[in-house]
Amino acid sequence: MEVVNEVGQATVVTLDKQSSRAREFWKKWKKQKTAFWAGFFILFLVLVAIFGPVIAPYDPYEPNYDATLQTPSLAHWAGTDEYGRDILSRIIVGAGLSLGVSFTSVFVGAVIGTILGLCSGYYGGWIDRLIMRGSDVMFAFPDLLLAIAIVAILGPGLTNVVVAVAVFSIPSFARLIRGNTLAAKEAVFVEAARSMGAKSSRIIFRHIFPETVSSMIVFFSLRIGTSILAASSLSFLGLGAKPESPDWGAMLSMGRDYLATSPHVVMIPGLAIFLSVLAFNLVGDGLRDILDPKTKN
Amino acid sequence: MFRYIVKRLMEIIPIIFVVSLLIFFFIHLVPGDPVRLAAGKDATLEEITRVRQELGLDKPLLSQYATYMQNLLTGNLGHSLKTGLPISDMFANRFSITMNLTFMSLGWALVLGLLIGTVSAVFRNKWPDYVGMLTAISGISLPGFWLGLILIQIFSVTLGWFPTGGVDGWKSYVLPSLTLGAGIMSMLARFTRSSLLETLKEDFIRTGRAKGLKESVVVRKHALKNSMIPVVTIAGLQFGFLLGGSVVVETVFSIPGMGRLLVDSIAFRDYPVVQAVILLFSLEFILVNLLVDILYKALNPKIRYES
Repeated sequence: MEVVNEVGQATVVTLDKQSSRAREFWKKWKKQKTAFWAGFFILFLVLVAIFGPVIAPYDPYEPNYDATLQTPSLAHWAGTDEYGRDILSRIIVGAGLSLGVSFTSVFVGAVIGTILGLCSGYYGGWIDRLIMRGSDVMFAFPDLLLAIAIVAILGPGLTNVVVAVAVFSIPSFARLIRGNTLAAKEAVFVEAARSMGAKSSRIIFRHIFPETVSSMIVFFSLRIGTSILAASSLSFLGLGAKPESPDWGAMLSMGRDYLATSPHVVMIPGLAIFLSVLAFNLVGDGLRDILDPKTKN
Repeated sequence: MFRYIVKRLMEIIPIIFVVSLLIFFFIHLVPGDPVRLAAGKDATLEEITRVRQELGLDKPLLSQYATYMQNLLTGNLGHSLKTGLPISDMFANRFSITMNLTFMSLGWALVLGLLIGTVSAVFRNKWPDYVGMLTAISGISLPGFWLGLILIQIFSVTLGWFPTGGVDGWKSYVLPSLTLGAGIMSMLARFTRSSLLETLKEDFIRTGRAKGLKESVVVRKHALKNSMIPVVTIAGLQFGFLLGGSVVVETVFSIPGMGRLLVDSIAFRDYPVVQAVILLFSLEFILVNLLVDILYKALNPKIRYES
């Protein structure tokens, strides 16, 4: 019975510690005013991305040749494109595509990069050398160029864009997590776990991994902005989403022929990309100031 | 120093080798037969076999790679499937155009980035700082292709100050280089600000102020000079960003450079050209990084070469 109580108390203490950490984080977060409001904007974007097909006022794919290239009005708040499709509806539905592609690609890159970084930092030796030389090779390709090369090989399409952006995210995450792992593996609690006979996998995932989470969250949010830009650049070049899809980069690419006569066709999708990337960068900056201030420079 | 340079050169040789190997094998994994493309749509089976032999594509992959590397070392990049021209001839003019564009972008980025970063640091937490940093974070978040189109609309279409595209004199580089340099300018501004703020806390700055030097002299002659090394290093390391960005910017401004060639070659599946452009960009990036690394060590006496 006593054992149960001890376990119970330990759980209560851990939960208390977690909730006080969360409270402390929230207090600091509220002080980061720009990042705080940018966070609300991202929340809004995520809701739009999820409920896009339901809340879009018009069918984003349905052409209306009687209403082509209309300027913003009460009927079409963001105007219409060259096929008479409602731009606002396309932006709303496109939010799901743009955020989905960038989030998935960074998530995949983060998972693979983190595992590689943890193994590289923890085991050292030939594993470290192999992974780090692999990263060096990947870093030899400029980011966007690597993505273009991958899409050139795999062929155009959003799935391949996800693969391309994920691949160029892997070495950055691996380097970051390796650095954190090297620092964490010298900590006393890791030494204690090792001397108690804990398995390497348990030490890596149970003790070292939590120490790397702060830096990872910060880098993750900054990386989402980069990947929105990369994915939309690929779509703009005709290597990503299909031209008719409501992807923001593809919309901009299709609309550029009408820049002189109907600038809204280009301005509105561009603004959507810009504001989303800006919001993720501001949130990333704010998170870094709270969670990982030593990397600010 | 010499030993350090030799050591770094030795380190990049295997990287260059693996990069060339990766590009070669990945390009050969691409679905579709490049020979059919080179021989033309209506080619007979005999013609296809002849072209395959001419291109050396009937040999085993490893043997093809050996020939490829041998040719590469003698400056032979192969031939375009689309035009049949030697790729090195296709590069001649385009390479200088892309270099002009990237270096002009780097120039803008350095001048404007340093200016904005310095003003922000000197007026820390005042309105010039807020405006400067807002400009910087906006610059990082702007899609290059969108900025390019906006600049074309304002300065070319409406005001008529610059051409809308193509390459015809220095004027045609202004808008593309501003577009390409915006991202790095923003990074440099942020980095200059934080680097300068660190330097302004140093003892020698306090001494300068105590001697009665003007604040402008303290900032310009003492603080800025000491903050420069890491900032210039970052500028060099961001060179890859410019190379990647040039692909997009050259497409927006219809500039016949290497980036545009890459996009056109991907569309046509002209893989020898795709392979050569990516290899050249990567080599350039590796060498610029090496140069920056060496310059950094040479300029900064605090760093021991042996480390």
